[in-house]
Amino acid sequence: MMIVSLEHYLCLSAILFTLGVFGIFLNRKNVITILMSIELMLLAVNINLVSFSSFLNDIDGQIFTIFVLTVAAAEAAIGLAIIVVYYRNSGSISVEDIKKLRG
Amino acid sequence: MELFGISGEIFLAIAGMATLLSSVFLNKDSSYRITLRLCNLSFLITIILIFFSHSHSGSLFNGSFIYDDLARFAKILILIGTMLTLIIGYKSQKLDNFNRPEYPVLILFSVLGMLLMASSNDLIGFYMSLELQSLPLYVIAAINRDNIKSSEAGLKYFILGALSSGLLLYGMSLVYGAVGDTSFSSISMASSDGMSNLMLIGLVFMLSGLAFKISLVPFHMWTPDVYEGAPTPVTAFFAIVPKLAAITILLRFTFTAFDNAISSWQQIIIILSLLSMILGSFAAIMQFNIKRLMAYSSIAHMGYALVGLSSGILEGISSVLIYMVIYMIMNLGAFIIILSMRRDNQSVEEISDLKGISQTHPFIAFSFVILMFSMAGIPPLAGFFGKWLVFASAVNAGLIPLAIVGVLTSVVGAFYYLRIIKIMYFENNEVKLDVVDNKSSMIILGIMIISTILFGLFLNWFLEVTMGISSSI
Repeated sequence: MMIVSLEHYLCLSAILFTLGVFGIFLNRKNVITILMSIELMLLAVNINLVSFSSFLNDIDGQIFTIFVLTVAAAEAAIGLAIIVVYYRNSGSISVEDIKKLRG
Repeated sequence: MELFGISGEIFLAIAGMATLLSSVFLNKDSSYRITLRLCNLSFLITIILIFFSHSHSGSLFNGSFIYDDLARFAKILILIGTMLTLIIGYKSQKLDNFNRPEYPVLILFSVLGMLLMASSNDLIGFYMSLELQSLPLYVIAAINRDNIKSSEAGLKYFILGALSSGLLLYGMSLVYGAVGDTSFSSISMASSDGMSNLMLIGLVFMLSGLAFKISLVPFHMWTPDVYEGAPTPVTAFFAIVPKLAAITILLRFTFTAFDNAISSWQQIIIILSLLSMILGSFAAIMQFNIKRLMAYSSIAHMGYALVGLSSGILEGISSVLIYMVIYMIMNLGAFIIILSMRRDNQSVEEISDLKGISQTHPFIAFSFVILMFSMAGIPPLAGFFGKWLVFASAVNAGLIPLAIVGVLTSVVGAFYYLRIIKIMYFENNEVKLDVVDNKSSMIILGIMIISTILFGLFLNWFLEVTMGISSSI
């Protein structure tokens, strides 16, 4: 029987975090996917925090997680609102169309 | 009366909620004007409260909120910068028809986040205040919601800002795992006997997250787009105030949390600063839009400020603080002029629109010359002293190659600043530019020009104050 150690949790969260980052940069279709990738990154961090907190026997990490969850909710709300405003103006939320500003 | 140390922030939070409520009940025509005045009044009261409550240093809430000379200096600077940007943007917002009362209220909440950030001494407090600062900023970038450019700027800023907070947070979780506690003092203690790998990776992630916020190369991609797309009064705010707050937390973070690991972060800061100076100077040459030019110029200026930080000595801290004061003065002046550029009731932003302004508006042209000379670092003006101090501290720390690159890139930078002067004085345009004369803006512009010219006289006073701050960190 395999024992799940701290390293396993850290690897899982690193993989999820990397998926989130790549989701933002490689995605060419939809802005909503970017929003989901951002959420994935924050949740990967939460796994990190909770596993550290449990292995260190320290409550701080779990408290931090609650704060992160709250902020993630606020961030998603603001992100969706901005996407709605953008959609009203351009009629599309495809990532390829976001190129009015070029540099 | 333990809470007196945080009284400024508590007052600002309550004032923000009260202003938000009152703006709903005011009638539509006057609500923007009254809200703006209420916000400026609350900033003024907060300055007074902070001036007195931070007169001696201490900490609150189990060490997660710290008030000291650095916090007092940064907070007063942030509040003054905000008040001035609100005043100079007033007229242009009215003319461009997005004078909504929520704009000053959102700025107020963002400033509250910045004040808390300048005082944070704990990873949780730092993260929460950073988010309180950035969430309203995403909305403000998209405040002109009928304009596609503005909403696209908001979207881009949101995506990259959220990405940077994610990086920062991942770094925090690793540092927490390595230290076992979230306060900066425990991080400092844990790093005193060598940095573990976990902590080093965490440090790199956190520095890249912070570099996003102050738009350092290679994390600068959002800056030109957001500066161009956002309405000009918002760009003025973005260029000045959040950078002051982010530099303050960067100082506190490097010199209190990782003060025992200077060699670890010094290399990272040196690379960031080198790249920012080089890219900021060269990329600005190709720009035609003046707001994009200001974006690249601010990237280069942040690179120069980081030269002082990378020295890792107390003199470096004081030079960064003085550089930020000078940066604020120069940018405020430049944005007043950019805000006043209009033609046919539309704001214009091309550099070529400035042609022939020396004949129609000699005062504006002369002020722009002074500001551009100062940004290029021509001797008797303020910009020269800023660059001189940061490069001197780099040389004193033995980073001579960095200082040499800094001097060379500021020569390259002089090219595009001088090009603007050439366009204003030696080229003519048949279509004249309307300059909106706004009395309060012009008074502020005059004050900024005078302080740019006479900064050298107050240099000793500033050095005394900032050396006191840096030795108390």
